[in-house]
Amino acid sequence: MTVKQTPLLVALLLCLSLSACSQQPQKTDQLYLALGAQAGLEQLVDGLLLEIEQDQQIVHHFQDTDIPRFRRLLIEQLCELSGGPCTYTGATMQESHTGFQISQADFDNLVTHLMTVMQRQKIDIKAQNQLLALLAPMYKDVVYR
Amino acid sequence: MKYAALLLLALALPVQAGSKIIATGGATSIEGAAGGGIVPWAVINGYASSEQWSVLAFNNNVGVDDFSLHTYGVAASYNNEWELSFTRQQFDLDTLGGDLQQDVIGLKYHIAGELLYSQLPQLSAGIQYKKHRNFALPSAVGAKDDSDIDYYLAASKVYFAAVAGRNLLLNATLRASRANQIGLLGFGSHSDNSYQWLVESSAAVLLTPQLAVGVEFRQKPNQLDFADEQHWRDIFAAWFINKNFSLVGGYVDLGRIAGFSEQQGYYLALEATW
Ligand code: HEM
Repeated sequence: MTVKQTPLLVALLLCLSLSACSQQPQKTDQLYLALGAQAGLEQLVDGLLLEIEQDQQIVHHFQDTDIPRFRRLLIEQLCELSGGPCTYTGATMQESHTGFQISQADFDNLVTHLMTVMQRQKIDIKAQNQLLALLAPMYKDVVYR
Repeated sequence: MKYAALLLLALALPVQAGSKIIATGGATSIEGAAGGGIVPWAVINGYASSEQWSVLAFNNNVGVDDFSLHTYGVAASYNNEWELSFTRQQFDLDTLGGDLQQDVIGLKYHIAGELLYSQLPQLSAGIQYKKHRNFALPSAVGAKDDSDIDYYLAASKVYFAAVAGRNLLLNATLRASRANQIGLLGFGSHSDNSYQWLVESSAAVLLTPQLAVGVEFRQKPNQLDFADEQHWRDIFAAWFINKNFSLVGGYVDLGRIAGFSEQQGYYLALEATW
């Protein structure tokens, strides 16, 4: 390895090991606004519900779910997460997903639906990625429980 | 011609792709492992998520000043955990005349971490069994063996919204190898037949979920006395058209090969996935 490449490699390895490149959580309501505030989140969750309804792989998980309640709680949660003026009043992610045996493929499908809906709503790509950054770590609380 | 055949095959088999997020199977590198162009990544190829299968066919072409490399093969993955690949490499000595060929069988196992979902980077271990098909020339220039195994450990992670709001993929790979010019010039030499540790890395920015641009670096050993071997690097753009097709174009710098210096040129890869 020549001297020229070493700093780049070291930076890469540091990034990988320390997660120095990951985003800090949102502290302002910037993301909430970029997602279209209350109306935008309602549209987002409604879009997501339609996608879930058409997805044979995951829809069965929701067969006994109170959908209006689920809709309200998901909007609340996304609002709070993105820095909006809401307080999430539902159960923890771990509690609400235990017993469903949600698989990695189920989780991937939901993420794909979310990406589809965000693109359809023409949400700014930075805001899309910031929302994904906030949701991705919930994976461990949702799958295989 | 090969591209046309691949396209036809893909159109004839419109099977549902797996659940993984678009682009997260990476592309297929010249040795058949999911990765960039010249570096294997920790990602598992194709779109098979938990309990799903995926198969793919690929064709990569590299054209530099005095040589060209054509690689093609098939690969499969299961459960976003196992990856198996069969690759044939044909290295044309455009200026010298003749060609060198080798086959690579690759196996990769996803050990821990999730590319998108965990703090820990995705970690995978892999082996590449390489068998030269016309060893006369490598033997004549001092290579010891006509077959060998490369071992590697790779770490890959996507950092969301890390660069101007775009997602960033970082990869670092550590390889143990005795291969001369990735095996195209055989393995080891009579003066030095020990494994060497080599560092490889890639960084890519996802401009959109389907379009990535990146750079790669691959450290190379230098065991043959007859000609210096230099590190490889490339820049690339990858377009994941949908979950069935991807196209990668790039510019590679392969340094010195068999006495010919400054070997630079294009990289082009097409992949079809089911
Ligand atoms: C990061 C991703 C996810 C988030 C943020 C999320 C959020 C939520 C919220 C807020 C609730 C309501 C909690 C409550 O009832 O108190 C809920 C319930 C539920 N979620 Fe998720 N979820 C995620 C992933 C998934 C996935 C991948 C699936 C399956 C495909 C899933 C299936 C369900 C089901 C079936 C319920 C209803 C439970 C019940 O009826 O009691 N969730 N989720």
